[in-house]
Amino acid sequence: MHGTFNAIGFLTRTRRPGRIDVTDILSWLWLIGGTLAVLVPVVWAGLSSLKPEAEITRFPPTLLPRAAVQVEVQGFDKPLSLWNVSVDGETREMAMVRRIGLKAQMVDPENPGKPISVDTKSISPVQRLTVATENYTDPLTRFNFLTFLKNSVFVTVVATLLTLIVNALAAFALSKYRFRGDKAIFVLIISTLMIPLTVVMVPAYLVIVGVGLVDNLWGVIIPTVASPTGVFLLRQYMLTIPEELIEAARVDAASEFRIFWRIVLPLTAPALAVLAIFSVLWRWNDFLWPLIVLSSRENFTLQVGLNAFQGEFSVQWHYILAMTFLSLVPVTLVFLFLQRYITTGIAGTGMK
Amino acid sequence: MIRSTGLADRALDLAMAFVEAPINAVERLIGKRRMPYLFLAPNLVLFGIFTFLPIAIAIGYAFTGGTELLISNRPFVGLDNFRKLLSCTDYLTPGSCGESLFWTAIWNTLWFVGFNVVATLLVALITALILNRAIAARGFFRAMFFYPVLLSPVVIGLIWKWFLDRNGLLNAFLQMLGVPPEIFLLDVGWSRFFVVVVSVWFHMGFYTLILLAGLQAIPKDLYEAAAIDAATPSRTLFRITLPLLGPNLLVVLILLMIRSVQIFDEAWVLTNGGGPGTANTFLVQYIYQTAFAGDLRLFGLAAAASVLMGLVLLVLTLAQLRLGKKVES
Repeated sequence: MHGTFNAIGFLTRTRRPGRIDVTDILSWLWLIGGTLAVLVPVVWAGLSSLKPEAEITRFPPTLLPRAAVQVEVQGFDKPLSLWNVSVDGETREMAMVRRIGLKAQMVDPENPGKPISVDTKSISPVQRLTVATENYTDPLTRFNFLTFLKNSVFVTVVATLLTLIVNALAAFALSKYRFRGDKAIFVLIISTLMIPLTVVMVPAYLVIVGVGLVDNLWGVIIPTVASPTGVFLLRQYMLTIPEELIEAARVDAASEFRIFWRIVLPLTAPALAVLAIFSVLWRWNDFLWPLIVLSSRENFTLQVGLNAFQGEFSVQWHYILAMTFLSLVPVTLVFLFLQRYITTGIAGTGMK
Repeated sequence: MIRSTGLADRALDLAMAFVEAPINAVERLIGKRRMPYLFLAPNLVLFGIFTFLPIAIAIGYAFTGGTELLISNRPFVGLDNFRKLLSCTDYLTPGSCGESLFWTAIWNTLWFVGFNVVATLLVALITALILNRAIAARGFFRAMFFYPVLLSPVVIGLIWKWFLDRNGLLNAFLQMLGVPPEIFLLDVGWSRFFVVVVSVWFHMGFYTLILLAGLQAIPKDLYEAAAIDAATPSRTLFRITLPLLGPNLLVVLILLMIRSVQIFDEAWVLTNGGGPGTANTFLVQYIYQTAFAGDLRLFGLAAAASVLMGLVLLVLTLAQLRLGKKVES
């Protein structure tokens, strides 16, 4: 983006310098409205994930996570809730002992003496900013979150590595050799771009049953590895590598695989990086296929686990939102650091 | 590039020697000319097993019945599955059909595709046109609109479910305006509306990017010529921008249609699996439920529905290719 940031220039720059057009104002309204539409649900879910369980469904909701304060008071077994009480025109923080009808029995937490009786209309609960870290720590310790995370990382890393190798090999063969059937094979691979997973979903599952990979992470990984998009992207890139380099290596008696590994692959690095980013995003976010293949909890990936979790504990939004947020972090980081490569990669190849 | 100084590099070299040796041995055995087949083998084997074989099986399964998994144990039923799916006394009322859920899903999907394609295309086009202007912080806004594209459908479903909750932010905002709270996802009309909203929210950034790439390829001197002729902005838009954006618009339209037909993940999470009732049960969900979720695993029926869906998608893709050639010429 821009190296230096000039606030005035930022706000006043228009299509025709010096004049602010109606379309400029409309454009800005659209862009700011769109940005809000993207950010508000995400940020709202993030703020909510920090709220204590008791606060999370309060309506109308507060923006920041807050919780009623409880204090230990000498002479009482249980912690008492703290309230703002107006006595004789001044407001004091007092602990509530009990509530009887419209009257509440309050004591001074510092100096617990005989409780005084006040009108419940004159009191309000004391709330402080509280971050419910247990929303994040509980799923890590009590539920299978870490298992889900481990599975997702395993699937993403292994599938991406295999995707890169298998498709780079195929792209190398299709870009650097003339052989019988080369065009037909290329067309065959590219034609599978048109076949959506949903159409082959049922029989692909049966194949998985046939090779014994049901409820196995490899059953999630292997069918996704050969990617027509990957072959296409890498082949187009490898076509730009000059033949002379390869001929020179052949003169030096390098083996074909060595040419691939030592010359072509390093030169394809930019395209491999784009494919790697996409593969990571695809695998990390994948839902339907893992949902079909995996059936026991200890094999769930994060997305399947999250979905199962929201079905079982539909009222425990504090946990659901916290886990949702944890699963959002890697993708957001990838995006923040690689934003330019991702957007140019998509604009260039039209793939997602 | 070819450096082998560090310890890690030397370790990698050693590992590579182990991989390289057998492959080089094969090369000596079969000769250099046949090596490309070896390089293609892993890819083609995987394609064969997990793409082409399933297509063949899908077609085979569509003609069998029963609930057995192995095709040899399944009775051949001819066109029964297709007959069951397609028999209707009145195609407009799913209740009159042999497989009423299938037709509910078809009508839901058609409605969704219609609204979603129009809404996404409009929003993406407007955004692309605005981002193509000399507006400040363009990169920032482009990134902002694009961000949801990268999120997982499950996460998006959950975030929006929370936003639309009875105690959610939208209801709080409406209450400030004096509107009574609404349980959006339990209302048929609202839930359908928000499935489209969420889908637009999720995907528009992707299509914006494709359209933006097209807009930036339009030669600037065309606009200068239009300015000299004092053409109105709307005339410039309809006479220059949109016609020259034609190929990109077409790609976006077809991709959008194909992907809308395949709606599943975010709708499944957002609506708790198609609710309220069957208001948001779409085709892919019907196939998934028929094959995997029910007590009876009706693979034959699901495969027949998949084959029908595949045919529709094939027609859409072929239409794209035909239209694409027309636009180019």
